[in-house]
Amino acid sequence: MMKPGEYYQRDRRAHPPARTEIYRTSVARSPNYALISLQNSIGEITGPKFGHGDIDPLDRDLIYNYAQQGESAIGERIILHGRILDENGRPVPNTLLEIWQANASGRYRHRNDTYLGAIDPNFGGCGRTLTDENGYYYFRTIKPGAYPFRNNVNSWRPAHVHFSVFGSAFVQRLISQLYFEGDPLIPQCPIIGTLPDPTVVERLTARLDLNATIPLDTVAYRFDIVLRGRRSTLFENRLEGN
Amino acid sequence: MTKLDYLKETPSQTAGPYVHIGLAPGAAGFEIYKQELGRDIAGPNAKGERIRVEGLVIDGTGSPVKDVMIEVWQANAEGRYAHPEGGGPVEEGFRGWGRVITDFRTGEWGFDTIKPGCTPGRNVGLQAPHLNLWLVARGINIGLSTRMYFDDEAEANATDPVLNLIEWQNRRATLIATRSERDGSAVYRFEIRLQGSGETVFFDV
Repeated sequence: MMKPGEYYQRDRRAHPPARTEIYRTSVARSPNYALISLQNSIGEITGPKFGHGDIDPLDRDLIYNYAQQGESAIGERIILHGRILDENGRPVPNTLLEIWQANASGRYRHRNDTYLGAIDPNFGGCGRTLTDENGYYYFRTIKPGAYPFRNNVNSWRPAHVHFSVFGSAFVQRLISQLYFEGDPLIPQCPIIGTLPDPTVVERLTARLDLNATIPLDTVAYRFDIVLRGRRSTLFENRLEGN
Repeated sequence: MTKLDYLKETPSQTAGPYVHIGLAPGAAGFEIYKQELGRDIAGPNAKGERIRVEGLVIDGTGSPVKDVMIEVWQANAEGRYAHPEGGGPVEEGFRGWGRVITDFRTGEWGFDTIKPGCTPGRNVGLQAPHLNLWLVARGINIGLSTRMYFDDEAEANATDPVLNLIEWQNRRATLIATRSERDGSAVYRFEIRLQGSGETVFFDV
């Protein structure tokens, strides 16, 4: 009898380690001791559920979700779409995906951002949606601008969109950032430089998707997200450990 | 030979300093959504003791981390999670999940919830009441998972399988919050130390 078991161990070699001197802020914010490995129990294989009552359909349209009546956000209009899958290749349906980003001039609508790039009065910079039954999602937004940040004196962030996703278990919780194909700032970025293997950034890169554009209106990028997969229990677990 | 066709988990990147724009825009300084998620962990109908939890996240220099965001995931007073595999039905409106934002000037955070009950262990026995916490911030490259236990549950804590998994007894205390009373209500204090002396235990879940 097969029943759902634990989630696959996270492959930490494919994620940035906690301490990465290239990204200076991580140095004082990273644990020195090794993480303690915990086998899944009830609090790990469960996680919060969200429904259409939690969000509004307009939340996925960043061009209009903060714009005044009759106006829209300034910048290159893009569709950002793709699927959320697990490591077994199965779609993750009805899961909450939230994004946030800078505006076209590289400025965030945040009380702590003092960059001189102009605020766009019609752009908030956040959106959220639920995947459909096939794990598919889409947003409409503007392409964010690059901006400088204090790391080295001359450090720049490539255009990027932050994303946050839940899956169905709290151990699948993931926050990361997506980049745009062909951006020359990608190889220079200290935060991308935290990734242990430079080829990993390929899996954080949205691809130009001409088939999904709206001609004469909006260009499109495709980006798929993969969450941890879950194994089936073929045999009873050994009754030891936690 | 053909390769196994598993996909690989998308790599993590830091949530950055402006995580609030996406996940708590009110804290970033603007209203956009009809409803921000994670503001009410327990809901109005939850049974059990109403408690407040407060604390600081402290970095390796001893300074408060003022831009951290914490997510809470907990069982109800009967030890059930609001999930199909959570052990059974929970009260209407009990979500057991919340988002906790700091005061940007001081780094202090706090939230109201109910005290959870014991939950089943992996195979046998019970886990002591605890909150599952997940921390993200600028400078944290991949979210940090930890737990908060309660100092007035000494008996349950003594047999908790996860606390007992921590080889170093002196490090177990980093996961236990301290209870006090304020205006007749329970307040638990919990400091999370990211690095250095008294470093909190973090888990690879």
